[in-house]
Amino acid sequence: MNIVLRLAWRNLWRHSKRTWLTIGAMVFSNTLLVFMISIQFGMYGLMIDNTLQVFTGHMQIQAPGYKDDQKMRQTVPDIVPLASQLREKFPTQAIAARGWAFGLASSDERSYGIGIFGAEPEFEPRVSSLPGLIKEGRYLHGNDATEIVIGAVLARNLRVAVGDELTLLGSGLDGSFAAAVVNVVGVFESGIPDIDRNFAEMPLGAFQDVFYMEGAGHQVVVSAATLDDADLLEPEIIAALPAGTGLVVHDWDALQPGLKQAIQADMSSAFFMYGILVILVAFSVLNTQLMSVLERTHEFGIVMSLGLKAGRLGRLIMLETALMGMIGLIIGSITGVIFTSWFTVNGLSIPGMEEMAANFNLPARIYPQVTPWTMVTGPSVVFLFTLLASAYPALRLHRLHPVEAMRAN
Amino acid sequence: MRTVPVLTRLAWRYLWRNHRRTIIMLSAIVIGVWAIIFMTALTRGMVDQMIKDGISVLPGHVQVHNPQFLDDPSVSNRITIGDEELSRMFDPAGFKAWASRVRVPAVITSERESRGVTLLGIDPAAEREFSFVDYDEVEGRFLESAEDTGVVIGRKLAKTLETRVGKRIVLMSQDPDNEIADRGFRVVGLFGASMPAFEEMYVFVGKKTAQKMLRIGDTTTEIVFIGDDYRNVDPTYERVIDSVDGKLKVSRWYEVDNYLGTMMKVMDGFVLIWVIVIFLALSFGLVNTLVMAVFERIREIGLMLALGMKPASILGQIIIESMLLLVVGLAIGDVLAWATIQPLKEGIDISAVAEGMEMMGASSILYPKLYLKDMILANVVVLFLGFLASLSPAWRASRYEPVEAITKVG
Repeated sequence: MNIVLRLAWRNLWRHSKRTWLTIGAMVFSNTLLVFMISIQFGMYGLMIDNTLQVFTGHMQIQAPGYKDDQKMRQTVPDIVPLASQLREKFPTQAIAARGWAFGLASSDERSYGIGIFGAEPEFEPRVSSLPGLIKEGRYLHGNDATEIVIGAVLARNLRVAVGDELTLLGSGLDGSFAAAVVNVVGVFESGIPDIDRNFAEMPLGAFQDVFYMEGAGHQVVVSAATLDDADLLEPEIIAALPAGTGLVVHDWDALQPGLKQAIQADMSSAFFMYGILVILVAFSVLNTQLMSVLERTHEFGIVMSLGLKAGRLGRLIMLETALMGMIGLIIGSITGVIFTSWFTVNGLSIPGMEEMAANFNLPARIYPQVTPWTMVTGPSVVFLFTLLASAYPALRLHRLHPVEAMRAN
Repeated sequence: MRTVPVLTRLAWRYLWRNHRRTIIMLSAIVIGVWAIIFMTALTRGMVDQMIKDGISVLPGHVQVHNPQFLDDPSVSNRITIGDEELSRMFDPAGFKAWASRVRVPAVITSERESRGVTLLGIDPAAEREFSFVDYDEVEGRFLESAEDTGVVIGRKLAKTLETRVGKRIVLMSQDPDNEIADRGFRVVGLFGASMPAFEEMYVFVGKKTAQKMLRIGDTTTEIVFIGDDYRNVDPTYERVIDSVDGKLKVSRWYEVDNYLGTMMKVMDGFVLIWVIVIFLALSFGLVNTLVMAVFERIREIGLMLALGMKPASILGQIIIESMLLLVVGLAIGDVLAWATIQPLKEGIDISAVAEGMEMMGASSILYPKLYLKDMILANVVVLFLGFLASLSPAWRASRYEPVEAITKVG
């Protein structure tokens, strides 16, 4: 072992209690950081996936302006051929066409204004989880069947069940009066109040008939296997759009701006807290190293008068800190992983948080996942700040005068 | 305990013997305390605003409905007591504010588009104080009376419907016999709301006009009551319960909106956890400082013991040292936190993440809220835990064998 390293190591254990306490501070915050960061990023992933897969998809092809105004006449013409062309070009991606209209749904007793989607029964289940959330009855069959699936809250409010009829009233693409009688074949429950209260889906073919769409629709939804794939896919989709149609592609971020911003807002408050934690650990290290320098003033005076440069002594102090920091990093990461893993297996649920979780499409019980990234980030930052904190005591050595120092104590 | 003043003086002097160490530890405590209070004030401010916004839409700290209405919001599930009788019931009871209103789902149609909305038939004078709409900020004008035949809609809805002040729209809903009830209205005003979603969801018309349109005489669907403080609604709740004697469903706001209620509860838990986490991070440094302080004066402690100082006094002195350190740190931290929050009282603009805040149910301006109770909680918890943390080093210091301690080479 290198002599300086050995010296540094021995110096650390001169006051083993002090060293352990300082390491304790690091271990505590490292454990906490690994745990918190694992939960946090796990949650963000879930939030994004759960929100997008319900309905939005990773990106949508729309007419310009439709995203903000959602007006009936902002259409994608010949939407079914467009969707099947894209499916041919990208056979591995999930692609489905939709139309949307506002309408009045009436049962015998009640009427409510709702959003009615026309969806391709064959392809919709690949881009949306709603077809899988059918609680009663079944999802749509056949592209032209006059049938409808509605949300559970809407079914309750309308007082209808599977098998009942609904009358739809609205206006068609050309502004004319549109009306139809459809059979309720299924009721879905997503747990998202807005969707369960305001949504209905019918086959796209039937939808186009009822609302005089003349082959048009409003959105082609595209979902990739993962979020990262979606980023790569987007330019390809844009390139594949037929020229001259003026259609635009919006990615999930544009379709659900709240999602990313909610994550950003949460991240900034989380990083504030982590920052404070790291600073407190840095102070603890600063205190320890300053003490250890001050109490060795006499000793340093001797070695300096023997010709040792202040710079080398400074490096010794840094090395001591680095050793201490390494121990803290290793133990902290390990305890962090063990602590987090316990929750990975058993799940973490905070009592009374179900409503909050549901608001962000999160399950009530969260299973944090440790990844190399969540394991290393926090502890590395702590390590870095630890080193930074020892700079002051190390630099102080330059002001030390050997003779005066030897007289100290 | 005549010794306490002496011990305090001793402790204070010891603290400044090694002023660097003390100052570093003090800085750590100050930063910790500042962070606790600052963060708490920010989060409190956010949740407070969320709840206020939320309640202003509900609105009301206490609400009264027909028991079936919350599940099936239709006028057939209305409150069958007429307005006149309601006034006889509630006016003498001296509530801070109350109002009865018509709230039903409706469809709004312009020449261009249709949308589903919530129709609110209100008496504008009765709701001025607690409405989420600032009447004076309305483009055009707000409703003037319960008989007003105009409609006030949100700016965002107006944009979607391609309508504006002066144009006509049609509102459609159902009457108690499930027949379509509709009526044309002239748009007289456009309101803006702190939450864009409200601008799309709510449509205001005069209460009398709504009652006529829905053919429900002088009955309404909900009665709302405002108390003095949304955090303490039970006095209002109990008085309302007494007045309606069981026939109607009386709910507190947090029963109507679970999410908001949960937020308020979660908030209290968050404050405590945050205080404890910060304290734990601090405690390592605190214990370390005390251990060092004891270690470097073992001989002195031995001497004092040999001269007849009681072990209890040594124990007390170390604890007092730790308490002094904490009290000074807390005081500076508190003042610093107050000084940083004060200039932010006007609100911090975080509209960069407005839509994200809306997803959480918060608006895009953050007003930090410094509560005395949070400050006290933080200070008390830190002092108490600090006391516990200093027990061990203090105890060990007081147990030294005088002779051994004096001869120990420091």
